[in-house]
Amino acid sequence: MNMSLETMLLLCMLLPLVAIVGIVGLGHKPNWRETVTISTCLALIYLVVNLYQGLADGEIIRLFLWEIFPGLQLSFVVEPLGMLFALIASFLWLITTIYAIGYMRSHNEINQTRFYVCFAIAIGAVMGVAFAENLFTLFIFYEVLTLSTYPLVTHAGTDKAKAGGRIYLGILLSTSIVFLLLAIISTWFVAGTLDFKPGGVFAPDVDTTVAGAILLLFIFGIGKAAIMPFHRWLPAAMVAPTPVSALLHAVAVVKAGVFTVLKVCVFIFGIDLLAVLPTTQFLLYLAGFSVLFASLIAMRQDNLKARLAYSTISQLGYITIGALLATSAGVVGSSMHIATHAVGKITLFFCAGAILVAAHKSNISEMRGLGRKMPITMLAFFIASLSIIGLPPTAGTWSKWFLLMGTIETEQWILMTILMLSSLLNIAYLLPIPYHAFFSDDNKQGSGEGVGEGIKEGIKEAPLPALIALSITTVACVALFIYPQPVYELATAVMENSRINYAD
Amino acid sequence: MLEHLPILQVIVPLMAAPLCLLFRHSRAAWLFALIASGTALVISILLLQQVLATGLISYALGGWQAPWGIEYRIDTLNAFLLLIISSLSTVVLLAADTSISKEIPKEKHSLFYVLYLLSLTGMLGIVATGDAFNVFVFLEISSLSAYALIALGSDRRALWASYQYLIMGTIGATFILIGIGLMYQMTGTLNMHDLSNRLPEVAQTRTVFTAFAFVIVGVCLKLALFPLHLWLPNAYAYAPSIVTAFFAATATKVAIYLLIRFTYSVFGFSFSFTALPLQLLFVVLGVLGIFVASSAAIYQSNVKHLFAYSSIAQIGYMIVGFSISTVAGLTATLLHLFNHALMKGALFLALAAVMHRIGSVQLSALKGLGREMPLTMAAIVAGGLSLIGVPLTVGFVSKWYLVLALLENGWWPVAMLILLGSLLAIVYVWRIVEVAYFQPRGGPGELSKDPVREAPLAFLVPIWLLVIANVYFGIDTRLSVEVAQTASESLFGLSQ
Repeated sequence: MNMSLETMLLLCMLLPLVAIVGIVGLGHKPNWRETVTISTCLALIYLVVNLYQGLADGEIIRLFLWEIFPGLQLSFVVEPLGMLFALIASFLWLITTIYAIGYMRSHNEINQTRFYVCFAIAIGAVMGVAFAENLFTLFIFYEVLTLSTYPLVTHAGTDKAKAGGRIYLGILLSTSIVFLLLAIISTWFVAGTLDFKPGGVFAPDVDTTVAGAILLLFIFGIGKAAIMPFHRWLPAAMVAPTPVSALLHAVAVVKAGVFTVLKVCVFIFGIDLLAVLPTTQFLLYLAGFSVLFASLIAMRQDNLKARLAYSTISQLGYITIGALLATSAGVVGSSMHIATHAVGKITLFFCAGAILVAAHKSNISEMRGLGRKMPITMLAFFIASLSIIGLPPTAGTWSKWFLLMGTIETEQWILMTILMLSSLLNIAYLLPIPYHAFFSDDNKQGSGEGVGEGIKEGIKEAPLPALIALSITTVACVALFIYPQPVYELATAVMENSRINYAD
Repeated sequence: MLEHLPILQVIVPLMAAPLCLLFRHSRAAWLFALIASGTALVISILLLQQVLATGLISYALGGWQAPWGIEYRIDTLNAFLLLIISSLSTVVLLAADTSISKEIPKEKHSLFYVLYLLSLTGMLGIVATGDAFNVFVFLEISSLSAYALIALGSDRRALWASYQYLIMGTIGATFILIGIGLMYQMTGTLNMHDLSNRLPEVAQTRTVFTAFAFVIVGVCLKLALFPLHLWLPNAYAYAPSIVTAFFAATATKVAIYLLIRFTYSVFGFSFSFTALPLQLLFVVLGVLGIFVASSAAIYQSNVKHLFAYSSIAQIGYMIVGFSISTVAGLTATLLHLFNHALMKGALFLALAAVMHRIGSVQLSALKGLGREMPLTMAAIVAGGLSLIGVPLTVGFVSKWYLVLALLENGWWPVAMLILLGSLLAIVYVWRIVEVAYFQPRGGPGELSKDPVREAPLAFLVPIWLLVIANVYFGIDTRLSVEVAQTASESLFGLSQ
């Protein structure tokens, strides 16, 4: 196939939308419908990998679509950070789709066609976020992502789903309309441009108070990054079917949030300006608080998905801290953490869903002894937990290492302590789950209403597609430890770009 | 022929109106009215093209030169409004035949079209004319036909609503007339352009101040500026659905036009904004209007009421833009005039379709309609998103320009308030979404569970035309922004 890279870039956004036609058209033939989805996934990966090759060859891939307002264009460019995000998202979309087929069918979910349609729109929006050349384009796709995932969150249509959807949409739309939009318009007004530029867009003599205020607006406005106090939507969104939680709330939506934070910090403010802003320190502590406090809340959750949700909030705080540290180690750590946390957390969610489907259990206290019935799932859970904690031989080790280096470089001793403490808390709330699953006797169950239920006979491993999916991501967790080069190179390339500072 | 366009713009619907009575068959009358309105649309497009190409068009009625004769004066602002009014009127009219077949008794159908075209004539006339007294005449034509149109509503409360509007509207019109009279007394002229030349000489007299106050209050009554908005919700809610769609998209826009025309052109910018603390007054009333009306919208159980309150809130946005009194602010107001017409046109037409199918627009009656009338409800969601101001819709364009204008002027707190106000829109739009998509059809003791069919094409076509326009003009802003900007720049040019 002889396609220009620009066409490929356009197709990344368009392909999922084209697939919708097929998905809707074949809505009554599930097998064909899923074939369309899977082949779209494969095609998307093909496109993204090609773009990656182009980027590695040093080509500049840029696409200009349309000028919405004078000076504000809908345009896209391939750069390392966005590439990293796009690679992860497209790869995990494929895995999630495989997983979803197993999950949705064995769960006999309603409205599966709508589910796959919204999924496709969401992934198109993620591609738009990843490749956006300016803040304006990014904002548009950011909002599309919010709206297209709302039907996924409320998929079940129950009162609980409705309430969850309300919080989800309420927080994400409100923060983006009030704070983020104001921040963007202010940036446009102060700097006169919204293009992502290495080293930032603000003039060197910009009033630091104004820029500091804008930074505050940005960090609060990017609700998808789930910095406290705007984190409530994430646990609320856990009413969604597990594949949705897995892809959207461990990968696409939350990562779109922290990705935006990184983009804004590195390419709108530039790390040199960021380091001197009066509000940066406050935001660092806020993110640190978010890290620690979310971990503490996670410990108290008995519902597995809720625990994972709070764990995500905590891990997102790491990425925000890395971005705000304004050093290369911090930015590299954050960029890598986007990737490593994604594969780790998606595995954990896959496991949670597998347990729900196979054993119909969603509470941690009921999972004792489950390891003997579902060994693969629980083993995967164990490995992924290690990655979240940041222990070798898993991928999370690298990103946490760089993040810690970042705090040491900038002598943020309090933050360093917080990061260490939180890792300990991660151990405390994640590892007991596989431990009890393998080594606890299910008859000696803890107190409470679960007594006597135990692990029933007849529980088998999860459906095959689900097992395949979670095995792949588990392998990825380990593989990224042994061979982190691609991710590392992309992450350092982000910094190389941003180092061309006020020099020119 | 082409040089007579300004008068044809008004004359065509005026002449067509009584002719509607000749048609026995209601569908024939509809077709005739549609053609008349469509002709007006074509004329307004031609006028806009002409204005953008060659600038101001001045037309002396009957060959009597201004300021003695009546002058029709079309600049970019006028042409822009003429286009908004005639296009929305035409699109709404597309659905009229089907809609009124259930809501208005058959023998009154041709009468309906007479009134509709008269109302259209009035609005076009107000905008096209350059004569202050002519403005009053056309204002009365459009208002009187509006009262009658509202009274045609099938609900008995329509009579009361119409009566309320009659009282308030007449007070407003009288105030305007008094203002015009006082101006005439001081300057001896009624031509607006001439007035703007002569008023500065006598500006510092009590009579002119009084005239100004009367005109402003009168216009604000007509445009339903908070707290003079009390007539609007009931008038919108109980009028026949098609009338609501027509008025919501056009009527208040004409009043905003009058406000701009009188303050910027007739009295002049420097007088208007120094004679009264207009800036402060309008920014406070505008913001209050946004919050009070949006909050009221949240608590409505009738969806027409809900969107009527939302209209009052949207007028607040336009007034805030107006109060900034810079080119950017006025551009934002003009953009929102156009954009809001598209949103409310789509929303109220979709409600008309709901009314047509289930005979009610109570919120509770919308249960489960997301499944039964997917296209109609999707249109309501799209219109609602536009109202909230989600990117890629026209609502976003308006908001962007308004907030930018506020920032340029250093009004940070107001910008914040404006954005906070749009959160309320999320709440009231989402109430509808949740009812329509998450509640099963027909609860206990309510409407029957009979399946409801999707709205007929006569509705879907105009509804989706407007929805597509909502998205199209949200992406391709060249036309709307350019026209709004030119109009606003020329207003500032005039006022110097």
